[in-house]
Amino acid sequence: MSQHAKICLEGLQKGFGSKIVLDGIDLEVMAGESLVVIGGSGSGKSVMIKCILGLLKPEAGRILVDGEDIVNATPGKRKRMLRRFGMLFQGSALFDSLKVWENVAFGLIQGQHLGRLEAKKIALEKLARVGLPADVGELSPAELSGGMQKRVGLARAIAAEPEIIFFDEPTTGLDPIMADVINDLIVECVRDLGATTITITHDMSSVRKIADKAAMLYNGKIIWHGPRDEIDHSGNEYVDQFIHGRAEGPIRMDVLKP
Amino acid sequence: MNFLATIGRVFVAALADIGDVVRFAGRTLSHLVLPPFYFGLMWRQMLHIGYFSLPVVGLAAIFTGAALAQQIFVGSQRFNAEGTVAGIVVIAIVRELGPVLGGLMVAGRVSSAMAAELGTMRVTEQIDALTTLSTDPYKYLVVPRLVAAVLTLPILVIVANIIGVFGGFLIGTQKLGFNVANYLQITVDFLEASDITSSLVKAAMFGFIIAIMGSYHGYNSSGGAQGVGRATTNAVVSAFILILLSNLIITVNVFGT
Repeated sequence: MSQHAKICLEGLQKGFGSKIVLDGIDLEVMAGESLVVIGGSGSGKSVMIKCILGLLKPEAGRILVDGEDIVNATPGKRKRMLRRFGMLFQGSALFDSLKVWENVAFGLIQGQHLGRLEAKKIALEKLARVGLPADVGELSPAELSGGMQKRVGLARAIAAEPEIIFFDEPTTGLDPIMADVINDLIVECVRDLGATTITITHDMSSVRKIADKAAMLYNGKIIWHGPRDEIDHSGNEYVDQFIHGRAEGPIRMDVLKP
Repeated sequence: MNFLATIGRVFVAALADIGDVVRFAGRTLSHLVLPPFYFGLMWRQMLHIGYFSLPVVGLAAIFTGAALAQQIFVGSQRFNAEGTVAGIVVIAIVRELGPVLGGLMVAGRVSSAMAAELGTMRVTEQIDALTTLSTDPYKYLVVPRLVAAVLTLPILVIVANIIGVFGGFLIGTQKLGFNVANYLQITVDFLEASDITSSLVKAAMFGFIIAIMGSYHGYNSSGGAQGVGRATTNAVVSAFILILLSNLIITVNVFGT
């Protein structure tokens, strides 16, 4: 693993109206490293990834990819940057109007301007890589189960062999066995590609399987960041409460009691 | 004071909404001239907007044309001007009812579908996915719909005009006792090139409004299924109002003489 920061967030801030979601995030992900970001619902994990992808514009701070600031990049530069990224969305975000193979090949056809035949060949290879037979490629996304949709989403995320891949809650809504299958596939695909990844999740089994390093986001700040194996001995009471899923602790949920 | 503050807030919010729509339309127009162009998607949208709207527009036109002929006949009888039925029917249909009825029918059918489709894509993150796959959502989703609506509505309105006039012709000749040749002759004599131009200009404008309203409300929807429902309603209502308003403006200021 080479030791330079592939992604570097410096003082990243983002809010919606009066609500501050990211309050000065500082984070580094080394090349080839798999970082998993944990945190409660609404803690800003997805917002952080969307800022890196350029889907949201931060109010302050810098996002460096290979040392290049991408926050104020020109549209052309951003488009070139996006070709280096892959993304698995929480709900898979497959295009309903396209067949499964067309979904997987979409970035190859639109982004890399490959011909449909060549793109279809690669799409079917990627579908096979995530354990789906070629005939699934001819189905529409609505005909697939949740687990199959996740696998198609993963195939789409790795189709263009990106350098950096983001996984947004990859196991949410899946049964434990399918969640483990998805975790295994993520580990294998990322290892094959040698990609740098950021995964956001609540699922501790994903953390233990996918992560090289983990970070916890709370109240808009990274409150802990370290190697995966240290998460159980972090000495941080917020992290302890989260990984053990306890209602009692410093993290208070706003629940109205009768 | 509270009342004035409320009026002020509503006014400012309305101005902000108008600004957002204008910015959305401007951004879409700027993408209109720059590649890539998705001709396949444009063609598919033209089929969806034009061809599949033909039955509903055609039925609305023929019923309206027929009813119009009957009403004009009854009214004109009061001052012995029954001979004007064919002329008034053709002018009313071509200058006003063809484009307005066609526009409203297509707005009801297409604006809502656009808002629902794009709204669903927004709340299921499909629009974000397009961006991450190096595809500009304006170019891929909005521009094909806009081009298709602006090109298709005039064709649709020409068909609606012909069918509407035919509806009047049927009632006029089969029920009201007009001579077929006379009715056709008066129709042709009354119709001028400016009537057709007016019809086509209005139709293209209505196509623009339908596509922009449907796309804008869908593209910016939020809040799950309820948000998509709200976007669909807003798209149809705003398209209806803007079609009627722009029809008035075009009629009075451009083709009013």
